[in-house]
This record gives sequence, structure tokens and C-alpha cells, in this order.
Amino acid sequence: MTDARTDILAGLRRSLGRGGGTATETAARKAAESAVDAWIYGHERHLIPDRSKLPPDQQVALFVRMATEQAASVVRVQSEAGVPSAIAEFLKAHNLPPSVKVAPQPVLEALDWSSEPLLEVAFGGAVASDRVSVTGAFAAVAESGTLMLVSGGDSPTALNFLPENHVVVLRADQVVGPYEDAWDRIRAAYGPGTLPRTVNFITGPSRTADIEQTIQLGAHGPRRLHIILVEEDARRGQSDGA
Amino acid sequence: MESTARAFKDNARAAVADPQLRRALGHVKVGFIEKRAKAAARLPEFEALRDSARDIKDHTLAHLDLYLERYEARVKACGGEVHWCRDAAAARDTVLAICRRAGARTVTKGKSMIGEEIGINDHLEANGITPVETDLGEYIIQLRHEPPSHIIAPAVHLTKDLIEADFRAHHGWLPAQRSLSEARELVDEARTVLRDRFLAADVGITGANFLVAETGSSIIVTNEGNGDLTQALPRVHIVLASLEKAVPTLEDVSTILRVLARSATGQEFSTYTTVSTGPRRPGDADGPEEYHVVLLDNGRSEMLGSEFRDALRCIRCGACMNHCPVYHAIGGHAYGWVYPGPIGSVLTPWLIGVEEAGNLPNASTFCGRCEAVCPMRIPLPRMLRHWREREFERHLTPAKARWGLKLWAALARRPAAYRGVTAVQARLLKAWAGRRGRVSRLPLAGGWTAHRDLPAPQGRTFHELWAARRRGVAS
Amino acid sequence: MTADRPRVGLFVTCLVDLFRPSVGFAAVALLERAGCAVEVPAAQTCCGQPAYNSGDRADARAIARQVLDAFEGYDYVVAPSGSCAGMLREHYPRLFAEDPVDGPRARALAERTYELTSFLTDVRGVTEIEARFDGSVTYHDSCSGLRELGVREQPRTLLASVAGLTLTEMAEADVCCGFGGTFCVKYPEISDTIVSEKASRIEASGAGTLLAGDMGCLMNMAGKLQRRGAKVRVRHVAEVLAGMADGPAIGEGAGERPAEG
Repeated sequence: MTDARTDILAGLRRSLGRGGGTATETAARKAAESAVDAWIYGHERHLIPDRSKLPPDQQVALFVRMATEQAASVVRVQSEAGVPSAIAEFLKAHNLPPSVKVAPQPVLEALDWSSEPLLEVAFGGAVASDRVSVTGAFAAVAESGTLMLVSGGDSPTALNFLPENHVVVLRADQVVGPYEDAWDRIRAAYGPGTLPRTVNFITGPSRTADIEQTIQLGAHGPRRLHIILVEEDARRGQSDGA
Repeated sequence: MESTARAFKDNARAAVADPQLRRALGHVKVGFIEKRAKAAARLPEFEALRDSARDIKDHTLAHLDLYLERYEARVKACGGEVHWCRDAAAARDTVLAICRRAGARTVTKGKSMIGEEIGINDHLEANGITPVETDLGEYIIQLRHEPPSHIIAPAVHLTKDLIEADFRAHHGWLPAQRSLSEARELVDEARTVLRDRFLAADVGITGANFLVAETGSSIIVTNEGNGDLTQALPRVHIVLASLEKAVPTLEDVSTILRVLARSATGQEFSTYTTVSTGPRRPGDADGPEEYHVVLLDNGRSEMLGSEFRDALRCIRCGACMNHCPVYHAIGGHAYGWVYPGPIGSVLTPWLIGVEEAGNLPNASTFCGRCEAVCPMRIPLPRMLRHWREREFERHLTPAKARWGLKLWAALARRPAAYRGVTAVQARLLKAWAGRRGRVSRLPLAGGWTAHRDLPAPQGRTFHELWAARRRGVAS
Repeated sequence: MTADRPRVGLFVTCLVDLFRPSVGFAAVALLERAGCAVEVPAAQTCCGQPAYNSGDRADARAIARQVLDAFEGYDYVVAPSGSCAGMLREHYPRLFAEDPVDGPRARALAERTYELTSFLTDVRGVTEIEARFDGSVTYHDSCSGLRELGVREQPRTLLASVAGLTLTEMAEADVCCGFGGTFCVKYPEISDTIVSEKASRIEASGAGTLLAGDMGCLMNMAGKLQRRGAKVRVRHVAEVLAGMADGPAIGEGAGERPAEG
């Protein structure tokens, strides 16, 4: 008895008229294999909306507008030096205790946390009692105001979902126009055909409309998504999220 | 899942007479329809993207065997496993075996139509493992022991007060005098209750909107974040997906994602679109240790070679049912199985047999709204007509209807006889109506007159009057 | 308008023939006023939709062949019905897709076939109608005409030029009325739910008269409105455009004449 995999593939090939071993069918199969390999290798883009074809500064403005529309809050700071106080302000504004769990990424560890001495900062993964997480991002897609985060040794995925409040530190040069540009950056970082375990596209805080079709924020994921956008160009040798 | 599709007529009759259901369905029209229209209008390239999405899927289906092989190779290359399953029973057993090996006691689940199709919840429960639905709508209907009534909004048939009653009944450990009449309170309670289940689960099961061949990834699309907590926290992540979910590249899936959320909920992009590739990598801070993809055939490989192939382009957005006047009248449960609405009426006869589900393709006016909004341009009315053709060929149409049709066709092919019969009918019906101009009762026409009057004819046929006029002109 | 005088074969439709010939005469009048020479081929009965939509392709093809024969040689084929015109235009080519003889004939017929109001505006270039109708009307978009043939603006353009007429749109004018051919008798409760919704929309529009371009829809909506005791009168749009809207409306007896609204 043949295994399921063989049977299923044979069924598919039969339906596609490439089931038998005749010369024509073998030729058809060969042609199909070439077409498929070429398609994957070429990974061609299809229609990109005009909205996403903007110069970089307009892309950032679009990102801010789209993210805000989806109920994320966005603040812009001049440089990374301003990040800790932006976090402290966010906590104060929402009456949250001055305590954050931060992803153990070098760029976040290197922030000047001493500028906010009352802020309790712990680095690591999320536990149930964490109310606020701070992470970086790999990229951001202006087209829909969407953040792109990746899993890794220093980016625990649970930080993006468990705490009620998720703060993301984003550099302006991480913002791209369309999703396709973000994927190209992933390919450059990870190699062809390879992705990290998780790539999260996040657009605003968690929500549901399951109760009488009215939107409620904070279903299972964070109730609040706060984006701190750093304008200064990156000057570090490390890449984020790799 | 057990089917009640055979009882469609009774289901429908009960549904249209259910005032609470009609009230709930009223939200569907306003919510989904307006939002989709706004989203489509806002993106000038929307129509062109629908064409692109259709072309990508057509290319994929034409090479589905090869894309699935490449997909599997990439999954294995990053430490995942692919389990090919011929049918629902094989898929159930595979999932159970994985859960047993993992020593699972509870399993969290993101929303999965394939999970419904194979009846995985009942199977796990029967074998001592507790499945916990985490999508809020799915959680609610799990409490009620009901199937979903919509493919993306499973509890759309329920009103707030029903949900409140369910929560009070099932969350008995919470203080009875708590306020629970606002949607906000219901969502907060579900969040708290399910948080513990997320953290305790040994295995997480999700569906997949797409399987990307280029990278061996599965993609889920949610707004709540439940799918992410389901697949990030437990030791084992199981993905349930049917064959036709394959998409070649990341660029291809980006194009299709542009039309998915807009068509489903009117969002530009869902809150969480998550791309999962294999288990955690060495050195990762968190993530599952095992990643299993249960790849289900259950009739798809054969459908690929049939006149229903285009239905395999479906990306499960729900736009068709959101715009269907029949769905608005009867809701999702009346269809009797997993997939409601127009796409359900095409898929269900294939998956469970047209003898069981034969009513579904007939319960359509062919208004065409479904095809007009389908992001993948599936010609749904044409597929429904194909089912009617199959039923006609196999004599599954009720005898009375067949004979009535044969009589009509025989007459229509004989113009002279047709003229005579219609001339008589025109006079008779007019006489029956008398001065009133319409009839409220008519033998053999009970289906019409039960709910409407029937306007009377003017008394002569057009052809007789035309012939008379021409004779008058000629002479 | 062009100076030529095209030969138009009128596709009467079975419902106009049996129930309301005045619609056929209104169509003839409109076509003649638009400069066409109208003929009515005698060997026509039905477009074959009942058989086609019931899955009986064989009978549908047989009836269609009869239509192909009867309407051979006309410059245009025009029907006062979106669903019948749609059947000829969209579905006949599919019925004969594999047929080397009737395939080309079906495609040729399809190209020449039009629904009445869109024929007047899109082919004959009619923008203004010389007619008078004192009252308010609302217009229902029949599904086939709308989604298969793109008929939406054309009847409205013509109605806008009718003296004395006010057009008030109902909510969801483009949503199905629940007729669907045999659907309305096979699934009467579902059909009734849909047509009740439609009747509420019609009444809420406040219009005195309901118009549409398809007799099946019109009879369905008229029957429901009248069962509900609504005062709205129901006519085919051709009657108003041709200035022939003074006889009894659909479902009205000779003596009835409720106040125009």
C-alpha cells in the first residue's frame, strides 16, 4: 500500500493531466518543474499600490498616519537618547507603574536608561505579571502602518503579545513603503528561502468585533501599542532582529 | 462535523422565523458590507489586485503538486514536519498522535475551518484531551456546543445578551453580581479566563490562510492575537491546512494579503499577520520546540481536476456570505455544515456529497453579488449551476419539478402550440382574477401565493395582439 | 442619434407575452422613436433560463437554437428584460462554447443583444425622452441587468429627462428582490424574507411608483407590496418612458386607481 503522500501527489498530477509516464506527460512535467523553479527563484513583485511608492520622509509620515488610524499611538523623538523618557511619559499618561520588561537586544540595552532613574527596567522574556513590554522592530511598512517584528535570541515573541501594553522602538530608516521592500530586507538578513521562526506583522493593538460587530480593543493581545519613532539615522554596526 | 444539510429546508424555515437571529444578522449587513466598500474605494489598485490574486492562485493550482513538494522540503529544512493526510480520519488520528506523544492535557486552538471539517475537538475530547478555543467567537460557541455560523465571525448569529448568559453559566467561579452587560466587560472577562488557558497549554493548534512554498512558512491572519499566543507559548505547534492553501513566494502572498483583509472586514491589513516557519531556532528566546503541518486532502486533489477547480482559489475571507441575500435571511447554521454562504454551497456538496447537501446549490437566486465581491474572482453562480446540472443528470431533482420543466421545455420548443396554450392561460388567469387584477389563491401555485399576491395577466398575449395589429395595418 | 434605420428584432420575453403585453408595445414605441425598424420574430417563446438554471443544458440548448434561428439576420436583438438579454449575451456563448457551428452563431447573436434601456442610451445615443409622468418613482436594479450587463445609470438617465417625474432612490436598490426564477417557489420562506425586506425599502423611499426593467422582479415585488396593502404602484420602466403609464399598473384591476404619490 502506498503512503498518503504518494497517493495525494499522484491524485494531484492526475487531475492536472500529468499523471502518467508517457513522453508527452513527462515533457509536461519537466516544463512545469522549470516554470515553478523559475517563479520561486525570481520571486517577482506584482502590482505595488502607488500609495507605497513614496520618498523616505513621506513614507515615514504615511506610516505614522496609517498606524495612528489603527489605534496605535506614535511619538517622534530626535534621537535614541530620548527613548527612555518617552517610555516614562507613556507610563505616566496611562497611570501604569514605572516598570518595563525589555527585549535583551543590544540597541535597547545600550539606551541611556539612567536618564530615568525611577524606571524599573528588566531585560528578558515576558511573564504573566509583565504589564508593559519594550521591543525593537525589524522594519515597518508604511503602506498600512504595520510593524514587522522577528523572533530571535534577543527578541522573545511573547513580549509582543502577553503584556497589556507594547512599546516599540522604531528607527525612521527602518520604515519602508510596501511589504515587498520589507521582505527584501529579510532576504538580505537571513538568506534566500529562509525566515526566522516567527515574523509578526502588527497593525495597531489587539481587537475583536465578535460581539455584535462592534470593535473592542485588547482582546487577547495588547490593549495599547505605542510606537516611539527615532528620527536619527542608525550609527551602529549591528542590525536589529538578526 | 456532523451534517444537517439534508434538513436545509426545515433549517431555513426555522431560521427566518427566529427574531433574535434576524436581529443579529442585521449587523452583518451594516458592518461588513459598508466596511468592505470603503476599503475597496480607498485603494485605487483594488480591482487590478483582485485580478493579480486570481492569476497567482491559478498559476499555483496548475502546479500544485510541485509547489507542495517544494513547500515540504523547506519545512523539513528548518526542522518542521509535514504529515500528508488523505481524509478527515487520517488527519484526526495524526493530530491525536502528536498530542499524545507530547503528553498533552490541554490544547489551545486558533480558529481553523479545517479543524471544524475534521471534527478535531470532539476527537480530542473523546480521547481525554481538552481543546480550548481561543478566538473569542469560537470560544463562545464552544461554550454553547454550537458550530460556527460564519467563516470569520463564528458567533455572528448571537446577540450580546445571549453571550452574557453563557458567560454567567460557564464562569461560575466569578462573582455573580458582577456587571456583564457591556461588550467591553464580556471581552475583558474572556481575556482573563483564556489567559490562564494560553499559559497552561501543552500544544497549540492553528489553521493557516497560506502555506508559502519559497520558505516553508504558514501564515495566519487574526485581529485578537489569540493565534499568536496559541502558537508561541506551548511546546508543540500544529498547523492544520488543506492542500490548496499553497502560494509560491512572499511577493505572491503579499499581493493576496492586500485583498484579504479588505474583503473580509474592510481593514487595510489585519491586526496580526503572522508568518511561522518551523520550530524555534537554536538560541531563540522562546517558541515551540516542535512544528507539525497536517496537510489535508479530503477531496481537494480530485476537485482540482473538476469543473469546481476555481473554488480552490478561495482564501476564506467571507465576503461572499457577507453580501448574500440568502445568508442574510437564514444565517450560517441553516447550511448544515462547516462552510456556509455561497462558497459553502459550492464546497459542501463536494466534501460530503450532493445527496446530502443538494439543497444548498439550489437555494440561490443567482443574484451574482458573491462573485462581484469575491477577491479571487471565483465564478460562484456558475459553480452553483454546475451542481444543479449534476443533480439533474443524476435525477436528484424532485420528480414533480423535473416533469414540470420537461413540459415547459417541450412547449417552448413548439411555438405554435405555445401560442395556443398561452392564449388560453392568459384568458383563464384573467378571468380567475376578475376585476381585482390579482389573485391571492391559485391551485398549484401555493409556493407563490402563500406569501404574495399573483398579478393577473392583461388577458391576451403579446403575440396575438401583435399579429392583430399587423393584420389591422396590412388591411 | 444616427441617421441609419437599424432592423431590431424584439425579444418579447415569456412574462411580457403572457402577463403584460403593454410592456412589449411600449418597447416597440421606444425603439421606433429611436429610429429603429422593429420586427417581432414569430418563432420565439422563451430564452431558456428556466431549463438552464435548473441544470437542464440539453433543453436549454434546444430552446437557444430556436432563438438563434428566429433572430438570425437582425442588426440588433433587444429585450425589455435584463435577465433575458443577459441569458442571450452572457450564457448562450457558454452553452455552445464547444459547438463549431452554433458557437460562432451564439457569439454573433450575443454581440448584437441588448437590454432595452441600455440599448437606447448606449447604442442609439438617446439622452432625452419626450414623455410626461407626474409623480415620484423609485427604481429597482434587477440583478442580471446590473451585474451581467452593467445596466444601472442608463434607465436613470432616461427617467431624469421625463417631465414631471421625480426619482427617489430606495436604500439597497441594487439588492436582490428574492425572485430568482423557480427559487421563489422552491424556497418560499427565504424568498419571502428577502422580498419583505425589499418591500420595506420601497415603502420607506416614499415613492408613489416602483419601476424596474424585469417582469419577474416586478411581479414578485408587486405581489408582496399588494399582499401587504401598500399603496405603491408597480410598472415596467418602459411604460413610463413610452408615455404609456395610464392603464392599470401591475396587479391592479380595471377599476382600481389609487392616488398617485
